Amino acid sequence: MKSCLIVDDSKVIRMVARRILSELNFEIEEAVDGQDALQACQKNMPDAVLLDWNMPVMNGLEFLIKLRQEKGGDRPIVVFCTTENDMEHIQKALMAGANEYIMKPFDREIIEAKFAQVGLL
Amino acid sequence: MNSADFQFLADFLKKGSGLVVSEDKMYLLESRLLPIARERGHNTLDGLVAELRKGTDSSLKVAVIEAMTTNESFFFRDTKPFQIFENETLPALIEARAARKRLRIWCAAASTGQEPYSLAMILKENAAKMPGWRTEILGTDLSSEVLEKAKAGMYSQFEVQRGLPISLLVKYFRQVNEMWQIDAAIRASVRFQKLNLMDNFTHLGKFDVIFCRNVLIYFDQQTKAEVLERMSTMLEPDGVLFLGGAETVLGITDKFKPVTGQRGVYQHAA
Repeated sequence: MKSCLIVDDSKVIRMVARRILSELNFEIEEAVDGQDALQACQKNMPDAVLLDWNMPVMNGLEFLIKLRQEKGGDRPIVVFCTTENDMEHIQKALMAGANEYIMKPFDREIIEAKFAQVGLL
Repeated sequence: MNSADFQFLADFLKKGSGLVVSEDKMYLLESRLLPIARERGHNTLDGLVAELRKGTDSSLKVAVIEAMTTNESFFFRDTKPFQIFENETLPALIEARAARKRLRIWCAAASTGQEPYSLAMILKENAAKMPGWRTEILGTDLSSEVLEKAKAGMYSQFEVQRGLPISLLVKYFRQVNEMWQIDAAIRASVRFQKLNLMDNFTHLGKFDVIFCRNVLIYFDQQTKAEVLERMSTMLEPDGVLFLGGAETVLGITDKFKPVTGQRGVYQHAA
């Protein structure tokens, strides 16, 4: 079973994403911001990260840059999932090492398609 | 809708487009045709059917057929056929056509353009392997409404997220307000043309690759056989035909046989 860390400061979003990804057979961990996520990764590197951008304490982009510098931090497949839906943000995320990018609002079909594309399904 | 009206509509669609509508698809008739009925001042389909029965309004006939035959479409739909195209079909054709340097592809149910544009992006990504080649992608569909959308190459945020890798979105699209438009060079590499597969289409010439996915499922056996047989005359001797995941030629025509190890791909039987 593959593991996925869901990082979002919205409890509702985490719940929706958890339901979809559990059904796709992922073992789920949750984090409420980038700092929280980084600690979770240091303890246990997940196979995948579903990552919000705008969060308090540490945002998604900062987390991603830090993650990629961690030992084993190049391994997780990181899929952004954010309301930031302009080309500039997408390019910034890809440059920082994101593997895929979902523009909110999302649904099961989009998550499934994106996760399949990066080889997680 | 009463059963006489249903039968009339079913016969009308069968004759006009080859589409087979069974009784369990009644909901589909209602959801697709009610907007047209309302536009013409009817609250239910009864009035629409009455108008159709008169048979005098050809724009109504076209509108009804188009509404019933429009399909959902994604970029790189089902993934696998596009991987096969890029990793098997294209390298083989690049070798076989090394002298002629020409490649013709036909998407026979192009709908809103995602399939031909997906192929166009694959060709673009492989352009370095095809210097000096002339490639042509023809997208045809029964519906002029979907073809207008295809030509514009303008897609919603939802549409560009279904099947399209983000790297290709960044590379080949630009943002236009809330929409995403595929770039002009890709648009220019695909030609769209209205075509009913029930009509004769052999004038389109010979193709190296034909995509005809998820359209035969709407036809009855005899129509499927006719369409496939006409397509076989238009496919180059070493060309290939891609059908949808739920479609087959088995028991329908002996003109094609499956390509071993390539699901959904067919070649000339003899």
